[in-house]
Amino acid sequence: MAPKRNAAAAAAAAAAASSAPATTTASSTSNTSATTRSKSPAPSTAAAAASTTPAPTPAAAPTSSSRGSAGQAQSWNKIVGNVFSHYLSTTPQRTKLLDAFMAFLVAVGALQFAYCVLAGNYPFNAFLSGFSATVGQFVLTASLRIQTTEANKSDFPAVSPERAFADYVVCSLILHFFCVNFIN
Amino acid sequence: MSAADPLQVLASAGKGESTRSVLRVIILALIAGAAISSRLFSVIRFESIIHEFDPWFNFRATKYLVANGFYNFWDWFDDRTWHPLGRVTGGTLYPGLMVTSGVIYHALRALTIPVDIRNICVLLAPGFSGLTAIAAYLLTNEMTPSPSAGLLAALFMGIAPGYISRSVAGSYDNEAIAIFLLVFTFYLWIKALKQGSMLWGALCALFYGYMVASWGGYAFITCLLPLHSFVLICMGRYSTRLYVAYTTWYALGTLASMQIPFVGFLPVKTSEHMPALGIFGFLQLLAFLDYVRSAIPSRQFQTFLWLFAGTAFGVGLLGLVVATSMGFIAPWSGRFYSLWDTGYAKIHIPIIASVSEHQPTAWPAFFFDLQMLVWLFPVGVYLLFQELADEHVFIVVYALFGSYFAGVMVRLMLTLTPVVCVAAAIAVSHLLDIYLNAKSPENPDAAADKDADGKKGGKAGLKSTNKPLVGIYAGWVKSVIVSSFAIYLLLFVMHCTWVTSNAYSSPSVVLASRLPDGSQHIIDDYREAYQWLRQNTREDAKIMSWWDYGYQIGGMADRPTLVDNNTWNNTHIATVGKAMASSEERSYPIMRQHEVDYVLVVFGGLLGYSGDDINKFLWMVRIAEGIWPDEVKERDFFTARGEYRVDGDATETMKNSVMYKTSYYNYQNLFPPGQAVDRMRGVRLPEVGPQLTHLEEAFTSENWIIRIYKVKDLDNLGRDHASAVAFDKGVKKKKPAKKKGPRVLRVE
Repeated sequence: MAPKRNAAAAAAAAAAASSAPATTTASSTSNTSATTRSKSPAPSTAAAAASTTPAPTPAAAPTSSSRGSAGQAQSWNKIVGNVFSHYLSTTPQRTKLLDAFMAFLVAVGALQFAYCVLAGNYPFNAFLSGFSATVGQFVLTASLRIQTTEANKSDFPAVSPERAFADYVVCSLILHFFCVNFIN
Repeated sequence: MSAADPLQVLASAGKGESTRSVLRVIILALIAGAAISSRLFSVIRFESIIHEFDPWFNFRATKYLVANGFYNFWDWFDDRTWHPLGRVTGGTLYPGLMVTSGVIYHALRALTIPVDIRNICVLLAPGFSGLTAIAAYLLTNEMTPSPSAGLLAALFMGIAPGYISRSVAGSYDNEAIAIFLLVFTFYLWIKALKQGSMLWGALCALFYGYMVASWGGYAFITCLLPLHSFVLICMGRYSTRLYVAYTTWYALGTLASMQIPFVGFLPVKTSEHMPALGIFGFLQLLAFLDYVRSAIPSRQFQTFLWLFAGTAFGVGLLGLVVATSMGFIAPWSGRFYSLWDTGYAKIHIPIIASVSEHQPTAWPAFFFDLQMLVWLFPVGVYLLFQELADEHVFIVVYALFGSYFAGVMVRLMLTLTPVVCVAAAIAVSHLLDIYLNAKSPENPDAAADKDADGKKGGKAGLKSTNKPLVGIYAGWVKSVIVSSFAIYLLLFVMHCTWVTSNAYSSPSVVLASRLPDGSQHIIDDYREAYQWLRQNTREDAKIMSWWDYGYQIGGMADRPTLVDNNTWNNTHIATVGKAMASSEERSYPIMRQHEVDYVLVVFGGLLGYSGDDINKFLWMVRIAEGIWPDEVKERDFFTARGEYRVDGDATETMKNSVMYKTSYYNYQNLFPPGQAVDRMRGVRLPEVGPQLTHLEEAFTSENWIIRIYKVKDLDNLGRDHASAVAFDKGVKKKKPAKKKGPRVLRVE
């Protein structure tokens, strides 16, 4: 557990060092969250604002928007905004490229799934191999992203970024071999 | 085998690192050699022959593969089994075993070494057991820094009877290669998890795919790896390495497993595979949460976490329930239910319960199969618990899971054996590392010595890690412990050799017995009978027998069968059961409808052979009753006092059944009048034996183990068979020519 805590600390430190305003917002939002936590049981209508905010992974927003008071919606906004600004400030350009690719894969996967739900799954082989190609490529890219991130370096003493990329290529080849073989 | 021990002492005495690694390689090679050679008893005792039942099908399929090529094998429709249904064999088998031996065959051919395919099949299992020993070495080395533990694990794995039981020479079954793949996949998983490397994860997935292609037991891996991950997550040990290893394995491994036609869509449709998918999704969420946690302060994160995790869990559970109830995901299959509830199979699926290897394990079996490893196993698990790194959690989880399943089903002893070997090796090496250490510190405190003497070995060793000066330094203590353990190890080797040679090396196609003068007598009735079938019947003569013998008839006699050991169609098996359990008049139409030419039964009454059809008969009745409860009733086969009898007191239903009649037909003629005895069941049989009307005896083997009956054709004169037989009996006293006389007159 020790290495991960170090990693988190390092990330936090990086965030702190990146910009002074970021730290002030962080402290203020922590206050608001402390106040809103006391009245969190109060139910209210869903806050649509949170769901429309561009988050790194779209899965997060809809789930979070289902409950929460008006005050909480405020804090949610801030949390999401916080994450977003943190993302913009700390992510290198190359990693952003990976993220764009992952977002693309999510979109393609969602499209395929929507097609499967709406139009039926008739060539089930084709649907499965197409969908698992996107899912597999997504997790491989995520793995590559994790392994190449500076903050995670202590987790992977044996994996250099070059090695990670070579692994990525090999795994992708295997993945697509299976997919093409399975597609019928 | 016992040579490994002194060698090990030598290894620890060896000075340089290179000397040690050379020694290690030599020892591993010797262990692999010992593993292979201890499995050759059956070849030496009997001959190079395929054993038992299932291996005969694998052998037949391999011959087909070698003769017709891979693509024909893949599309193989077999019309010589399950007559008249046939079987899509290429799509309903695990091809890994056949393809492996096919590849070996062609590789040896390419090297201009002409080896018979039969010998490859016979020796495949011992060869792979050598590899399993090496895989166990690798797996153990990931667990502990001690260099001797791996070698001990390899040795245990090589000769543990629990594994030998399924991998002697000639036992050409899926398990022969599957256990190697199991252990090696686990090794790769640990490696992937430790390094967090995609490449190791991909290798793990590839070997997992190979495992899926080889054995239905792959579900064990499919459940164990997610369980391990889940336990790690619950212990708060989620790490990015876990994410990389697990998701790579799952994404690639699931695709790899779907390439096998027999598995097909199962990984996305059945509940057995859902835990793996669930953990996969869960890890995605965790990875996202992990990222968010590094982005925002912890107070905010907590609110975020609770809402997020709660919603995600609820949505996932709801989705699973909806999908299961709507029928997108098949519920758990019967064999899995019988894993949780041991009584389930007996009530609902007699065909599963009827297989002896699906019965719950009797406790002496653990000692018989693992000997001293049984009591070393918990010690090893305890020692791993002390350190409890991620990989140790794996062994602990595997140990719990494996022990439970081994207790439920006899055959799953096989999956428990590797973890027992690993844990026991860790325990022994821990002990030896302490007691074989000849060095003693500068001033060994006398009090410390006394303290150590009082305790038992393991505890004192653990204590010594806490207080540096407390330890075992007296020479005689060390020698006592070490020599007693050497004796234990020797006893273990002797036990393994004894079990292998006495219990597991019988081909069960050929039986061996001792004559009164001590010489060996080979009972070869099976092959005699199958050879008779091969030589004296039409190429397409259909043989009806109980399903146990289907593969052997297909493999050895090369004749079409109605049912065989691939029990895919319960109704068809029940049909055969009904034909066996009904009277001749009732079963004759069934046999005619299925174009049965010969009926084959196995009878052990003369020899006292326990695995015969009369002993299996109740299962046939039960399975038939499951489909036709009105026509076949188990109760009718028991006497009024609820006994299952075959002597004079047997019920009328029993006496009239085809199985009873074919088993005991003419049997009383072997004995003086009134003294016919069934040696298997130890009962005296009635003086008048059963009479056959619709069947006639075609062949009986030397020791009466196999009896073959021909199904009569329709009577030429349109009479029913009973009256025809009665008529024949009536005129037998006169000459057959006289029988013709009146008929000629009538024609005139």
